[in-house]
Amino acid sequence: MDKCVPTCDEAVADIPDGATIMMGGFGPPGFPAQLVEALRRRRLRDLVVIQCGGGTEDYALGGLILDGAVRKLITSYPTHPGAWALRDRYLRGEIELEVLPQGTFVERIRAAGAGLGGFYTPTGVGTELAEGKEVRVINGRPYVFELPLSADFALIKAHRADRWGNLTYRRTMRNFNPIMATAAKVVIAEVDEIVPVGALSPEEIETPGIFVDRVVATERHPRLVRRT
Amino acid sequence: MALTREGVAYRIAQDLPDGSYVNLGVGIPSLVLQFLPEGKDVLIHSENGILGVGSKAAPGEEDPDLVNANGDYVTLLPGASLFDHALSFAIIRGGHLTHAILGALQVSRRGDLANWKVPGQRVPGVGGAMDLAVGAQRVWVAMTHVTERGEPKIVEACTYPLTAPRCVKRIYTDLAVIRVEGEELVLEEVAPGVSPEEVQACTGAPLRITEDLRIMPVPPEVRGIPLRAP
Repeated sequence: MDKCVPTCDEAVADIPDGATIMMGGFGPPGFPAQLVEALRRRRLRDLVVIQCGGGTEDYALGGLILDGAVRKLITSYPTHPGAWALRDRYLRGEIELEVLPQGTFVERIRAAGAGLGGFYTPTGVGTELAEGKEVRVINGRPYVFELPLSADFALIKAHRADRWGNLTYRRTMRNFNPIMATAAKVVIAEVDEIVPVGALSPEEIETPGIFVDRVVATERHPRLVRRT
Repeated sequence: MALTREGVAYRIAQDLPDGSYVNLGVGIPSLVLQFLPEGKDVLIHSENGILGVGSKAAPGEEDPDLVNANGDYVTLLPGASLFDHALSFAIIRGGHLTHAILGALQVSRRGDLANWKVPGQRVPGVGGAMDLAVGAQRVWVAMTHVTERGEPKIVEACTYPLTAPRCVKRIYTDLAVIRVEGEELVLEEVAPGVSPEEVQACTGAPLRITEDLRIMPVPPEVRGIPLRAP
């Protein structure tokens, strides 16, 4: 069993127009930027992207949005600094936005990966983000019903991998990656290093390879290695 | 304005007991970290997966994989732990944080909080604000008492879209400290040189003045940082 793929381009070669694609990352850490650049080179259309933010400037996800490849973004905080490509397309009516509270965003993804039919959360009750959703009172407290959220493909960023797809992470690289790794039909991991099976201790493996389909080792995207 | 933003943050830091687990929102709340008293163990939670956030990284020493929820490159304190977003929001939504210190656009007499969207804001975005507002054991607001145009931010009813209803317990501003008790706002402290009447004049809902009204114990400066406005 060898899940290693030589290049990012080969790793994303079969993603079709109209695919739903999850991307990990919160800020630069954990964002699979090289995979997203390879996705841009595919020149796809009508993609539905699931990502916490709105893309930054003109590279990776910001670039994908500038390219016109994204039909809809399911997100939580797309208004951070640098997300001007999204703002421009959204204000021109060229991209659809679905905004979720961040805890709901991650729990919908976790529920999909965990095989659940949905869940009730107190977050958003009494706000405009609960409009149109079922509200149920449980033990005297109101909750909003939320459905699972899955994807055709998940692009995730991890630190070290082996050819079985076992993954480790570093620092705040984790964020959405371990959860997204469970919730897509095809999971593709961009990593810093691939090591032999057995080199990663069971203690340090945070995503067991059972969830992972493809692994590609690559240099960090130059725009993410920021220094003041 | 009687206190600086740092002055408000300093005042809040004095009220966090040893053993607190605290999330600090953007704005004035983010300034609280630098004023935590020595000898008190207070762990700062960052929604992107850190418990035990330290101060910002020195220029040139940033770890590209280590940011806080604001996107600043940070450090970790001894005893820090790291985890993914699902666990991070279980911490938030599951009631494990002792305090969430949040900024606000408006707070109502009943403790409704509006801090995620300005009417007419063209691109929507909410982040973790709603989860923090419903999940933390204590939601405290840190904000200026009035807007830049002098309008009250403590109001009878919020006109901005709500983050969560009836969640705020304490309000710390540059003029006062106020607690929310049911449907009532209780003025506990005034900033040095500020009268209760002045505070009421720029508050959009009635304040009940507590019998043992105190002056906010905020020195003029600490470590060269001004805590009171000139």
